[in-house]
Order: sequence, then C-alpha cells, then structure tokens
Amino acid sequence: MSSIWIAVIGSSITAFLNKYIGHSVPERWLDRPRFKRINTLVPIVLLSALVGVQTFATKKELVIDQRFAGVIVALIALKLKASFPIVVASAAITSAAIYNLF
Amino acid sequence: MSIKPKNDAVSRTSLSVAFTVGLYGAAFGAAGVTAGFTILQTCLLSLLLFSGASQFAVVGIMGAGGSALSAIATATLLGFRNALYGLQMAPILKVTGLKKVLSAQITIDESTAVATLQENDVDRRRGFYLTGIGVYIFWNSFTYLGALGASAIGDPAVWGLDAAVPAAFCGLVWPRLKSKKQFLISAFAIILALSLTPLTAAGIPIITTVILAIIFGWRK
Repeated sequence: MSSIWIAVIGSSITAFLNKYIGHSVPERWLDRPRFKRINTLVPIVLLSALVGVQTFATKKELVIDQRFAGVIVALIALKLKASFPIVVASAAITSAAIYNLF
Repeated sequence: MSIKPKNDAVSRTSLSVAFTVGLYGAAFGAAGVTAGFTILQTCLLSLLLFSGASQFAVVGIMGAGGSALSAIATATLLGFRNALYGLQMAPILKVTGLKKVLSAQITIDESTAVATLQENDVDRRRGFYLTGIGVYIFWNSFTYLGALGASAIGDPAVWGLDAAVPAAFCGLVWPRLKSKKQFLISAFAIILALSLTPLTAAGIPIITTVILAIIFGWRK
C-alpha cells in the first residue's frame, strides 16, 4: 500500500474517532479549562505553520515566488471580509498572472 | 420537507452556509490532485475524513513529501476540536446506534456553529442536520468537480493552484485569530515551521508547532 493510501485511510479513521468520542464520553472528561485553551490554539499553530510552509517551501528550500503574491492578495481579501471562494480564487489568479507573465 | 415560516431562517442559514462551504470543496479537490492524490483518493478524504482543515493538511503534507505518519498526526490534532463539538451536541441530539454514527460524521465546524446559534433544541437539531448534511452533499460534489478540473490541467502553477492551497489555509486560520496574542502565536508558528523546514523531513515543521500551543495555552 502506498503512503498516500495509508494517510487517506489512517486520517479518516482518526477523524471519525475524534468525532465519535466527543459524542460518547462524559462531558467532564474533556471539559477542562487547560485542555480547552490548548485546543483553541492547536488549529491556530498548525494552520499557520501550513500557511508558512505552503507559501515559502519548495522541498527543503525556502523561496519567495508567485505563491507569496497570491497569499498577500488572499490576506487582503480576508481583511475586506471576502468569502472563502473569493479568497482562494483571487490568490490563484494573482499567482497565475505572475507565473505566466514573468 | 415542508418549511414552516418559523423555521425558515434556520433553513436559509443552513443552506447558504452549506453551499458556500461546499464551493470551497472545489479548492480541496484541486489541491488533492495537485498534491499527487488520485481523484478517488481525493474524493475518499472528503467522504470519509470530512473535515476541511484536516483534509487540506493531509494533502499539503503528503504533497510536500512528508510521511503518512506526520500527515495523520497533524490531521488528528486538527480534528480534536470536533470531539469538543460532539460534547456540545450530544445532549441536544440524544441519538444512539447508527444515528449516532451518522451524526458524529457530520459533527464539524459549520453544523455545530449553526446549531449553537439557535434558541431552542428543535431548531438546534434542525440547524445541525440541515447544515451537516448540506455541507456533506455540496462539499463532496465540489471535491469531485475540483479534482476532475485539476486533473485536466498540466502544470498547477499555470492556474495558480500552487497559491490556492496556502490561501485556503489563510481562509481557515483567519476567523480563529481573535486577539493580538493569537496573531502573535500565529506568527511564531510560521517562524518556527520555516526555521525547521531546511533541517527536518517535511511534515515535522508543522506538527512541532503544537509545542507553541501547549506553552501558550498552559496558563491563562
């Protein structure tokens, strides 16, 4: 089995377990202030790290290319309260324009 | 399904959320294929994993050459919040058996958010199921279309798909940044991940940032 298949099946199983456990355990198990504070920050750090790596990394090298321009436009769109599809599309169009023109 | 005037607002909110979020599935479909996943593998993630941020993380990390283990670990940590949503929803839904399995599968950001906006349990249940099922249908349909579209084109950079993925992550993290402290933590996470990128295998720089969440979340 390829590693992509392992990732697809493995992450699907743990995702379902996360959801199902929430519906099954007594509330006090997960209802702890420290756990909740850390859990609020977990998506922030992981998603931010993914923004950084997906914008600047090419394999193990850090580069500044058309992706960076796309992300800047995405951030401007978010600041202007644009909807998700607009944010993604504006980034793609910006990046494609720079890639194809230069 | 008949729509009573009283519940009209719930249906409207649910369906508009479901459609808008569903559209976003096209970006995921394209991201999956761009990262080297087949159309089947991409669609299975939407059908089975069904949690946007985790799905983007899996294809992002695998596409960058990370190991399956780091992809699974990152996706699992991102999915912890769904357990907390389950905790919130369980006393309202009161379901068992197969219904519980299906309800668990659609326990995501959007279904819980729409449910918790309502003022009584009948509307909360309605909002939860309409949004959850709606997102499921649209998200999966658009994933397929996005994957199909992306597999028809050659170099993803020509269409800007290489920037669409980080932009998607921006869209996912943005609504979570509600204070200066959180913006600062976000910046630290980016800096830590980028400093580790030349030194470690792909995927490791991402999962390592959980240390920051523990440090900054330990005390109030």
